[in-house]
Amino acid sequence: MSRTHVNCEINGDHVDFLSESGASLLNALRDDVGLMGVKEGCGTGDCGACSILMDDRVTCACLIFAPEAEGRTIVTIEGLAAADELHPLQQCFLEGAALQCGVCTPGFLLAAKALLDNNPTPTETEVRYALAGNLCRCTGYDKIIRAVLEAADILAANAATNGDAK
Amino acid sequence: MTMTEEPTGAPSYKWVGSRSVRPDGLDKVTGKAQFGADLKLPNMLEGAVTRSPHAHAKIISIDTTAAEAMAGVHAVVTAADLPDLAEAGAKTDDIFMSEKILARSKVLWEGHPVAAVAATSREIARAAAAAIVVEYEPLPHVLTVTEALADGAPVLHESMMTRGVDPAPETASNAASRAVHERGDLDKGFADADVVLEREYTTKPVHQGYIEPHACVADAGQDGRANLFVSSQGHFSMRAMTATTLGWDPSQLNVTPAEIGGGFGGKTTIYLEPLAVRLSTKAGRPVRLVMGRDEVFKATGPTSGSHMKIKMGITNDGQITAAQIWMAFEAGAFPGSPVGAAGMTAIACYTVPNFFIEGFDVVCNKPKVAAYRAPGAPIIAYGVESIIDELCLAIDMDPIDVRLKNAAVEGTQASYGPEFPRIGFVETLEAIRDSEHYRSPVPEGYGRGVASGFWFNIGGNSTATVHVNEDGNVNVITGSPDIGGSRASMALFAAEEFGIDVGRVSTKIADTQTIGFNDVTGGSRVTLATGKVVIDCCRTIKQDLRRRAAKTWDCEIDDVEWVEGQAQHASGTETPLSLADLAAKASRTGGPISVTQSDNVRGAGAGFTTQLVDLEIDDETGVCRVARYTTAQDAGKAIHPSYVEGQMQGGVVQGIGWAFNEEYIHRTDGTLDNPSFLDYRIPVASDLPMIETIVVEVPNPNHPYGVRGVGEAGIVPPMAAIGNAIERGTGCRLNDLPMSPIRLLDAINHRH
Repeated sequence: MSRTHVNCEINGDHVDFLSESGASLLNALRDDVGLMGVKEGCGTGDCGACSILMDDRVTCACLIFAPEAEGRTIVTIEGLAAADELHPLQQCFLEGAALQCGVCTPGFLLAAKALLDNNPTPTETEVRYALAGNLCRCTGYDKIIRAVLEAADILAANAATNGDAK
Repeated sequence: MTMTEEPTGAPSYKWVGSRSVRPDGLDKVTGKAQFGADLKLPNMLEGAVTRSPHAHAKIISIDTTAAEAMAGVHAVVTAADLPDLAEAGAKTDDIFMSEKILARSKVLWEGHPVAAVAATSREIARAAAAAIVVEYEPLPHVLTVTEALADGAPVLHESMMTRGVDPAPETASNAASRAVHERGDLDKGFADADVVLEREYTTKPVHQGYIEPHACVADAGQDGRANLFVSSQGHFSMRAMTATTLGWDPSQLNVTPAEIGGGFGGKTTIYLEPLAVRLSTKAGRPVRLVMGRDEVFKATGPTSGSHMKIKMGITNDGQITAAQIWMAFEAGAFPGSPVGAAGMTAIACYTVPNFFIEGFDVVCNKPKVAAYRAPGAPIIAYGVESIIDELCLAIDMDPIDVRLKNAAVEGTQASYGPEFPRIGFVETLEAIRDSEHYRSPVPEGYGRGVASGFWFNIGGNSTATVHVNEDGNVNVITGSPDIGGSRASMALFAAEEFGIDVGRVSTKIADTQTIGFNDVTGGSRVTLATGKVVIDCCRTIKQDLRRRAAKTWDCEIDDVEWVEGQAQHASGTETPLSLADLAAKASRTGGPISVTQSDNVRGAGAGFTTQLVDLEIDDETGVCRVARYTTAQDAGKAIHPSYVEGQMQGGVVQGIGWAFNEEYIHRTDGTLDNPSFLDYRIPVASDLPMIETIVVEVPNPNHPYGVRGVGEAGIVPPMAAIGNAIERGTGCRLNDLPMSPIRLLDAINHRH
């Protein structure tokens, strides 16, 4: 079987891997790159557990062929926190009990990051629609929505502080 | 917009009842948590399963030669590689369990495993699984209880005679058993009623819908032992069931719990585990088996579809006088539906003087059902809580007043037998009645519904170990997989008992070699039962710490008190010794500080909930929007209120999905038409409002902190509450789940 050499940026690092023809980016990230935080819940783009950011867009890694990652910039859950500090979304999920089993959590965090990057002050309804592609069976979404709204407030406050400093 | 009432009225604790960050949280928000499919061992093979394309067929032959000849294939397993438990004279349930893992002579549902393969890649394993040639002779199938119980229906198990019928039948049927609960005089009860209604209800199988598919990794050695890494609700049960299926002793297996990506009852039984172990013993290499989502839908779970007939009588002043219930539940391919629990829970909320409840466990050509959150209770509650609402309308009484008038209280003999100790059903009704939501007017175009629910909650076997480290911090080790935040509760118990900051407590769920036996995480038992054993360990250690302090001070142990994390001399003359002080000197006072305790915990506290829903109903499309939802549930004591609320909210939302969308849709050929999350639609964030929670705390008198267990009751009322809201909003009563837009629209269009 011939394999394709794929070069891309993942979580700030240049990464290259050999992809089987027909392999999904999900399988490549898990099996070839070793990023097990990307979860498979369905393999058909219905559950959002494998959500990643590809060139800043939230994307189901299971719906992308691995060679399509060539030249792209990818962020997975492993790239969300700074070395010494969680992203406010992660902190709000922790403190707001926005996870139970946690298997959908990486996907939700990345989908929420994509939302807040594009719309820093979403309404509850906007959060609900932005996250409608991510399934959670444990929480009933209540605490997830609250955590995202809380993180939006924190990020906005941080931005205001940074703005003042400038 | 949302009211979340803090629990009130309980004793004041420092840590119990606080909202600490869960111990496993950091790994879960950073992607480090290791779930079932996330373990990769050196030299590991990937597995795949060959499954039946038929709902019912005889296996004529299985030819594995082509698969075995494929490059990269290292092992193929069929039923011939597992012991024939029927031949070995095993228990019937174990024979059925073994046949569920691999079909031996017949396949009984679409998706029934017939072979498994291990190869160097997932792609090769799947290709090899597809290359196994199985010759079938298709047989006629039955998909529902009605079909399965019909005269002349094809019989799944030729030796299965209905249990619980007198005289015992002489011919086989698809009815595995009949169970009856009765009390009083039914005829008199109905004669005493002013209004008597009779209704029929049907429900479809629905899946637990956990987001993580089943997955495990087996690594067998040449010494007849194997390690198994598995995502489950109980690795001790996985060990026992896997061993039984393999003909092994449980001790030949060491089972390590993965993080579990949702279970809801569905991960209390084996599917892949014996296949992975057997493939590993044949290949001499580790093997990972992971299901696809279609396999999860086709071959695991779900809970029963059902047919129910209910007759109930009430007086004009709201006294329920009699109830007669007939139920038949689909068990899937092997006996074991939750119809028994449905019978026990059916009217457990109420004091009904006369009743006759009859339930049949019926096999059919669908996957064997698995436990699903309060198994059986939501199904029968859909019927019972619906007919009660119709009776309330018939006598023009408020649905909460009627429930209060008939509510089970302390001292009531439960419909399933025992006398209730202190319970909090009335308090949940009052909480809803007094809520701002219930007192608010129903908006135009809306329907408002109420329903209640009951679940037993259970105790059971648990083991825990508590170590005090040399720095005075505490490790709590249990064997109960954490499916909803129970590690947070274990840490809070230890922090409260020792009087130390919860951040000084670490928690671990250990493998079957490291910790003593634990029953499955199910029945809402872990915070109650495993928690009780953790508390017992802490109290034993506190006694030991007082003894060590007494030794240090050369005084009697009775002169030493444990106060806020330190030993104090009653006289106040000695400098108190903190946990860290005592731990640092442990080797001089008796050695390391560590205790392991086990118990079969009794005294579970019955759980009740009352729920209230407002639906905005579009009568041109039949679409209902859940506009507002409030749930009141008796937790006994909320150890971690956020995760109590989370259980309540999660249960409600699963119920909302069950009410409106979720169902197994089978084609006439017996195959499943919707084995994907696209076609089996569970609720998404944009379907829902915030789920308002009122945590009621009526302490369980049989638990040191009053815990009842909160995991399951929440899913019991939603389908009936929503059906009641639909009727009150539209005048249309739907007696079949799901109450989808097309069904409601049809009812609205035919409304007179």
